[in-house]
Amino acid sequence: MTNSLLEMRDLEVAFTLGKQDYPALQQMTFQIGEKETVGIVGESGCGKSLTSLSIMGLLPGTAKITKGEIRLDGKSLVTSSAQQWSGVRGKDITMIFQDPMTALNPLMPVGKQIAEMALLHLGVSRKEARQLALDMMAKVGLSRVDRLYGDYPHQLSGGMMQRIMIAMALICQPKLLIADEPTTALDVTIQAQILNLLRDMNHSTGTAMLFISHDLGVIREVCDRVIVMYAGYMVEEAPVEELLDHPRHPYTAGLLQSLPGADKRGRILYTIPGRVPPLTGRRTGCPFAGRCPSATAICAAEVPQMKKAGEQHLVRCHLVAG
Amino acid sequence: MNRELLKVSGLTKHYPLPRQGLMEKKQVVRAVDGISFRIREGEIFGLVGESGCGKSTTGQMLVQLVKQTEGELYFQGEPVSGLSESRMKALRRDIQIVFQDPYSSLNPKKTIGWTLEEPLIIHRIGDKLQRRKIVSETLEQVGLDASYMDRYPHELSGGQKQRVGIAAALVLEPKFIVIDEAVSALDVSVQSQILNLLKELQEKRGLTYLFISHDLNVVEYISDRIGVMYLGKIVEIFEAGVADKGPLHPYTRALFSAVPDVHKRKEHAVLQGDVPNPIEPPGGCAFHPRCPAVMDICRSEVPQLRKVGSGHEVSCHIYAEGE
Repeated sequence: MTNSLLEMRDLEVAFTLGKQDYPALQQMTFQIGEKETVGIVGESGCGKSLTSLSIMGLLPGTAKITKGEIRLDGKSLVTSSAQQWSGVRGKDITMIFQDPMTALNPLMPVGKQIAEMALLHLGVSRKEARQLALDMMAKVGLSRVDRLYGDYPHQLSGGMMQRIMIAMALICQPKLLIADEPTTALDVTIQAQILNLLRDMNHSTGTAMLFISHDLGVIREVCDRVIVMYAGYMVEEAPVEELLDHPRHPYTAGLLQSLPGADKRGRILYTIPGRVPPLTGRRTGCPFAGRCPSATAICAAEVPQMKKAGEQHLVRCHLVAG
Repeated sequence: MNRELLKVSGLTKHYPLPRQGLMEKKQVVRAVDGISFRIREGEIFGLVGESGCGKSTTGQMLVQLVKQTEGELYFQGEPVSGLSESRMKALRRDIQIVFQDPYSSLNPKKTIGWTLEEPLIIHRIGDKLQRRKIVSETLEQVGLDASYMDRYPHELSGGQKQRVGIAAALVLEPKFIVIDEAVSALDVSVQSQILNLLKELQEKRGLTYLFISHDLNVVEYISDRIGVMYLGKIVEIFEAGVADKGPLHPYTRALFSAVPDVHKRKEHAVLQGDVPNPIEPPGGCAFHPRCPAVMDICRSEVPQLRKVGSGHEVSCHIYAEGE
């Protein structure tokens, strides 16, 4: 593996409801190397977006980091002051969201929104910022950028808006780009364009990427390594081909089996019994024990630790021999 | 195969736009632009396409929530537009719809039991006791027990709400159901439960579905035949799951090639550009500005949907010689 750029160690994030703390993320430990693309996959409420918000220092008011460490280039982010954060956020770490329409300012021309990032973080003049923005817009595959610069978000299609978001995120040449479901709101042909663009930008600029998605197919297209999350825990981590072709955790295997597709026509789809436990109803033991087809007594009693199941393959399961 | 249940002929929906100036000519959005297809009894007909292609408008015209501007819809051989009010009411029993968002399609102030009983009251079916029985039996069929009758929508998870949405469509024992993106908002593990349920109900009750979705993996899994829409027109209809009879239209091919595959990282032919504005669709074949195989004729002449094999129709000039 290359040098680690981002390091998360034993992170715990809890929501305070009433007088009680409910941990929504537990024992999060992973690294992202320079230029690497790491995926996080999981269903609603598993904590994948919360993970990215903790890295951005944008946790909602009711949530707080109760334990652990996040380091960027060796510097701790958890102990940073609000002012230090804003120097990192938008410059070293940037983010693109699922819905570009709500993430862009509807009252400001799109080109200006990109230029503003450069103005804020790079210490350039207005004229230079405009030129940088125009160059960046061309780089993300937008055409007639001179005219487009003055257009407002509502005049653009969803695919174009997502390109604007990517231009905004990359203009300061960040070390890490967090992409949270960046293609979920787009049509498949536009999704293919955006995934190609993200892959190209990753190769040409060397920006590392944390790619969050619920779509395992999309994860396979863009990621080097992938982390599967369930109910606030990482349950499996491996290089993308290894994980999708040889899943070791029963949850990962169940997810893959329940995907519909032409190859499963005429057959009943596999289903994972039960549902994800709500935040307030999480018990001791393995988070997946209640739904696991092969759970034993130890699964209900003890949270399993992440253990090695192969070279670069980690699994949180009692039933996998270390 | 079975007899025809539903036929659509030249179905069109144009939405007029407000005039921009006094002398401007009136503009219309061609949401659906003269489509024709048939659905056989017991069949699952998938309808796919990207946002704004007109697939949902088509579904809404089939249940007559939206009235067509032109064209005709035949149900069991009878034209729907000429029906008397009482026949129309009977037809509304036979044709039902399940929507994408179970959160907004259930009344938050009413119990599930109330929501499911209302259609029975409207259609004057049974007395109070019999209606309760029908409701609890329907709930059971969608995998929920009778205790759900007294619950409110906010007490249910997304998957449970979608089960209630399906129960609401089933309670009048329809013959035909339009399923509009009904599994799109659900997580994978819940989605597979709902797909299994829909398939099981279809087989048990001999139902016919129009299955609308943007998710091609889902449509390929569940459908017998697939119709592909682009800018208000059907560009291809083909039988699903027949390997040597795969799609031919350049748009269908690009669409299916763009779907990421969990089993392998694939190189796909990426379609350039965006879908054009449906107010002023390009002349000739509407797909020609994005088509990788465009010819001169495509810019001037609108291709017609033609039969190219059994159960396979394509609207593309490339395949015009095959007549």
